[in-house]
Amino acid sequence: MMARIKALVRKEMLAVLRDPKSRILLVGPPLIELLVFSFAATQEVTNVAVAVFDADRSYWSNELIRRIEASPSFASVRHLGGQQEIRPLLDRQSVLAAVSIGPSFGEDVAAGREAIVQVLLDGRRSNAAQVVQGYLTQIAAGLGRDIADAEGVRLATAEVVGRSWFNPNLIYRWFTVPSLIAILMSITGLIVTGLSIARERELATFDQLLVSPLRPVEILIGKTMPAVIIGTLQMAVFIAVAVFLLDVPLVGSLPLLLLSLEVFLISLIGIGLFVSALSTTQQQAILGGFAFLSPAVLLSGFATPVENMPRWLQVIAHGDPLLYMMNISRGIFLKDAPVEVVLANLWPMVVIAAITLSAAAWLFRRRMG
Amino acid sequence: MIVSPRRLGGLFLKESLQMMRDPSSILMAFVLPLILLVLFGFGVSLDIDRLRVGLVVEDASADAASLASSFRFSRYFEVTEAGDRRAFDGALVAGRQQGLVVIPQDFATRLAADGTAPVQVLTDGTQPNTGAFIRNYTEGTVQSWLRLRAEEQALELPAGVTLAPRFWFNPDVESRHFLIPGSIAIVMTIIGTLLTSLVIAREWERGTMEALLATPVGRFEILAGKLFPYFLLGMTAMGLCVAAAVLVFDVPLRGSLAAVALTGAVFLLPALGQGLFISAVAKNQFVAAQGALLSGFLPAFLLSGFVFEIDSMPWILRLITRIIPARYMVANLQTQFLAGDVWSLLLPNLGAMLAIGTVLLTLALIKTKKRLD
Repeated sequence: MMARIKALVRKEMLAVLRDPKSRILLVGPPLIELLVFSFAATQEVTNVAVAVFDADRSYWSNELIRRIEASPSFASVRHLGGQQEIRPLLDRQSVLAAVSIGPSFGEDVAAGREAIVQVLLDGRRSNAAQVVQGYLTQIAAGLGRDIADAEGVRLATAEVVGRSWFNPNLIYRWFTVPSLIAILMSITGLIVTGLSIARERELATFDQLLVSPLRPVEILIGKTMPAVIIGTLQMAVFIAVAVFLLDVPLVGSLPLLLLSLEVFLISLIGIGLFVSALSTTQQQAILGGFAFLSPAVLLSGFATPVENMPRWLQVIAHGDPLLYMMNISRGIFLKDAPVEVVLANLWPMVVIAAITLSAAAWLFRRRMG
Repeated sequence: MIVSPRRLGGLFLKESLQMMRDPSSILMAFVLPLILLVLFGFGVSLDIDRLRVGLVVEDASADAASLASSFRFSRYFEVTEAGDRRAFDGALVAGRQQGLVVIPQDFATRLAADGTAPVQVLTDGTQPNTGAFIRNYTEGTVQSWLRLRAEEQALELPAGVTLAPRFWFNPDVESRHFLIPGSIAIVMTIIGTLLTSLVIAREWERGTMEALLATPVGRFEILAGKLFPYFLLGMTAMGLCVAAAVLVFDVPLRGSLAAVALTGAVFLLPALGQGLFISAVAKNQFVAAQGALLSGFLPAFLLSGFVFEIDSMPWILRLITRIIPARYMVANLQTQFLAGDVWSLLLPNLGAMLAIGTVLLTLALIKTKKRLD
């Protein structure tokens, strides 16, 4: 039996690696993606353009504008000659926010009245706009304190000292890279297995396999091994690039990370096999895998936290292997997650792998038998 | 390049039938878009509230207790309390809490002595975005508590500087309103690039492309006949998405339908061109699938400004986004849905998509040579 499986695995590896284009595609683009996207997937807001219009031109309005200009978060501050210039700039997305200081600002400050500054923000990018609003609020609060100071009143101030654990300098890349590794691995797991069966069915060589002395289980093992081997190589490369090239610390246990990635890979191979047992063509296998992958990425908590989702969707999200892998990956890379935390995320993946693999084997036998 | 309407019609019919017979095209054009819209419409939201934080009150003073209750009643926090920060050991590692807010022992003394209210915030740095929100909300909570306290003590407060923010185009600040238009760009990329590249790569793989090329049909006619059904499929899927966005998910459509259709049609040129080009280079479905995923779908998701801010990326990536057609599509759709037909923004974007489309289609045409090699 071992000899037969070995021969089949050899054949499958050759089928994947024979074509120079697919050899390159298995290594090159995922690496480039890891490098490019680890810098792209940031939710920091820096480098934005804002506009200011000062109808007052008093000492304090000048001071407010000076502080906006001094803030490192804004790449450029455009000075407008009139209120009517705001609309077209925001419309065209030339600026994300416009600060408009009314003619009575200085007077209000001098009279001790509340001085109101209008801020117009682009709601098409409301997430970034909210962050910018936060920056401006801080600037305004600082100005308010200094105005009070100038009048000889000391206001109590909040002194919030923030410390972030596991990532003291809040480098966004440290968050994206461990997550991206999981996403890129899942593409490999789905596509390599998904395609190997579908290609044989499309080319009708699958029937030849079926009449060979190989048993269905052996065929299944033979079909999963290439994805396991390629996936394992890929994960080693990804981890090395993350640590040595992208400077992401790996503070936790490497064997635990490798074990988890392996379980994750197998659970995805199960899904890939399941999809390919349902498909008659490669196109269906790829698109089917894709129809699984895109919701899976959205539900994994990569771009948006799972906690924000409604209850029913959180339940669905907990059937997503990617969710657990991201927890483990970030946990081991950055937090030195202890074994029990890893296990708490590992066993659901084992369950998912067991379900998808046996479902695939069942479907496979029914369809082939 | 002589184009015969009869030949083109025949090819078009053949390709359409082939497309309709494959259930996976229908899955991609109608089922997946709906799943994505439902996810973006109901589930995935960038608006963060109900943050799970541990609150540690180390100070026994009345001031500290009063601030603690401000946190308890904040609509942004879901507070778990303990008197000792050791109670939360491991909670951050396991992800049970997203951050800790500590009111330190000397809180009341320092407030009385020099008027500062010291509060510590410890956040989980593996989730930088959430951490930033926790810090901002904490700052806001402490500040409004200070204001309240001053009012209670009937202090003569000098009026401060107040911002009156207004979010144009999206007054309720709902991320759904810009995520759904953005996700239409993703759906169109999937159909235009991924589906198309697979279909044509299969023809190359099976040798039926060579068979077609050997017929009297011109190269241009073949490609036009192949692309047109996918163009229609893309437009139909878009129509479905726009209808669902407006009718089911209550996204306002402030621009005209005609302009939305124009944006969709123009976007499909680069999307289809890219699909065609990938398939002509790859000539095999496995390679085409990987190529389309990596050069079409992932950039449309990550580099289009759909979820991640382009302005905040390093300059080299900002440069790369300029050749990603989805970037222009996302900006146009978000504007058309939320702001209206702002032609000064729409036209340059349409022009950019047209230019990228022309380049890609020309490259694809060159790559599809009428000879066997």
